[in-house]
Amino acid sequence: MLHSYPKRVTFIMLALTAIVATFPLWGASVFGSQSDFILEKLTLMLILALFAMSLDLLVGIVGLVSLGHALFFGLGAYTLALASPDFSPASLWWMLPLVAAVAAVAALVVGVLVIRTKGIFFIMTTLAFGQMLFYLISTSSFTGSTDGIFIMFRPSLTVGETALLNLDDPRTFFYFCLGMLVAGYLFLRWLTRSYFGQVLDGIHDNEHRMQALGYATGSYKLIAFVIAGIMAGIAGMLAAMQYGFANPAQLGWHTSGEVLIMLILGGMGTIFGPILGAFAYEILLFVFEHLTTHWPILMGLTIIVAVLVLPRGIAGLITAPPGKAELLKASLLRRLAKGGRKPRTDAHPHQAVMPKGRAES
Amino acid sequence: MDLAFFGVQLLNGLQYGLLLFLIASGLTLIFGIMGIINLAHGAMYMIGAYLVYDLTMRLGNFWLAIVIAIPIAIVLGLIIERLFLDTLYKRDHLYQVLLTFGLILVLNEAQRIIWGGDVHSVPVPAPFDASLQLTDNLQYSVYRLFVMGVCLALAGAIYWVIRHTRLGIIIRAGAVNRDMVEGLGINVRTLFTLIFSVGVALTAFAGMIAAPLTSIAPGMGDSILITCFVVVVIGGIGSIKGAFWGAILIGMAETFGSVLIPSLASMVIYLIMAAVLLVKPRGLFA
Repeated sequence: MLHSYPKRVTFIMLALTAIVATFPLWGASVFGSQSDFILEKLTLMLILALFAMSLDLLVGIVGLVSLGHALFFGLGAYTLALASPDFSPASLWWMLPLVAAVAAVAALVVGVLVIRTKGIFFIMTTLAFGQMLFYLISTSSFTGSTDGIFIMFRPSLTVGETALLNLDDPRTFFYFCLGMLVAGYLFLRWLTRSYFGQVLDGIHDNEHRMQALGYATGSYKLIAFVIAGIMAGIAGMLAAMQYGFANPAQLGWHTSGEVLIMLILGGMGTIFGPILGAFAYEILLFVFEHLTTHWPILMGLTIIVAVLVLPRGIAGLITAPPGKAELLKASLLRRLAKGGRKPRTDAHPHQAVMPKGRAES
Repeated sequence: MDLAFFGVQLLNGLQYGLLLFLIASGLTLIFGIMGIINLAHGAMYMIGAYLVYDLTMRLGNFWLAIVIAIPIAIVLGLIIERLFLDTLYKRDHLYQVLLTFGLILVLNEAQRIIWGGDVHSVPVPAPFDASLQLTDNLQYSVYRLFVMGVCLALAGAIYWVIRHTRLGIIIRAGAVNRDMVEGLGINVRTLFTLIFSVGVALTAFAGMIAAPLTSIAPGMGDSILITCFVVVVIGGIGSIKGAFWGAILIGMAETFGSVLIPSLASMVIYLIMAAVLLVKPRGLFA
């Protein structure tokens, strides 16, 4: 992953954040009566951005391609739906820890099994475990089978008797989600720069070498898996609050695929990329849905083209703007060279050379 | 559960397992030798079923439809391999997952545009449209027996090719060490095209012969894909033998699971997979 971004990344992200954050101020004058709808869409994008970012920790940072990440997203949604009282709002003070705890336990159980596998096996087993929960929930009566569960009351955030935030207000909820996203971003940024994050980075580069250096790489990967699961669970809870229901589709493998697409569209391993990816994906979806009822064909082709010509996503365009013909190769080499200068990859120059040689052959 | 009923379920499980083997063998070959994870594999199963439905309706003959549909499926496989996968061999699995996920969206929607969203069926073709009277109230479809026979014959043929031909040696060597095979002067590029087309054709063929037994519906490929992933994980990637025994195991588990413990039937295969992973993380035959 990238450890230091060009200045323009900070600038662009701050500018975009400012534009999004001030939407409630200027939205009405630009979009008129549509602005309420757009505010809801933006809230959803913020939530999906948090979801995509949590997957980036696994895919981009540790190099574990999970095709079952929707498991935790859906679990968060269902935990909220099942734990909410029928006739009164739940308190977010205990709902948030509950969702985090459920997601953590699930991630721990699934993680112990899947961390043992590598590469294609990891992809397939995460997919299979995601589908396992999908079938369990979509066939059980207590989870409302295929219909899902409606959530009558959005959880409240109160201190004593007074409401701290009125989350039923779309604008407040929008800012709440924005706050969660920023908190999630800052957390992941801190995590990837910490000692723990450095070890994860090392595992991504060469796991055997990290093992030889004495790191219990399995435990590190498991902890990363659990952290990503908790974040996805919280995103799922927010999504269920936004939609007002929990639905089996939220944990199906198509959702897992979509969030991977957000990741690749935005640029993986950058933490800020997935945020751009989530917005880009939702905007594309919105446009395609309005163009034709056969929008999946457009989306499918877009994904194929993105994979073939834009493997580093929008973030790649920002960190290494196009202009040179061999842009991709150049950026790859620069990344490897940078990796070689880092202290902990110093000891193994072969690793930096080998992929380069393979790319040239 | 009396013995005759048990026997019928046993046959059903076997037939389903053998059909799963046809799909999973293609999947495992493509994984094992090409290192490609092909999510669009299930969509090809669906395309096979729809092709046969369409051609049977036009021509009025199921067998003729199959004969015409197989080359179409092979050509489709060739196009996909040459057009999309060619650039992905050296890239991470992530990109293969995403590209083939995009292919699923395109193929599923193309199916909707061409054949619509309705559920279709194909009549069981003559001369197999009879059923055997097992007991007073239990019958067994002859066509199911025929499908079993075809699948077993194909399994035997695959086994023979892999064990006893020069191509088989290359395939087995390729599954173990692709770079070495290339180093020995084998044109791996051609081998990949061949393997992918054969794999896709096997899946599409499974969809074709399954057409009279199942309802032909949009998205039918997605669920079978996941089941076949479980088969491949259990059997071990790249192992045809593993795919065979994994498919039989899963076929039986799903059939008996839905009879004995209906509430947990959809979970059974995943529980088996979890158990296998605990004991042998690389699959039973890897």
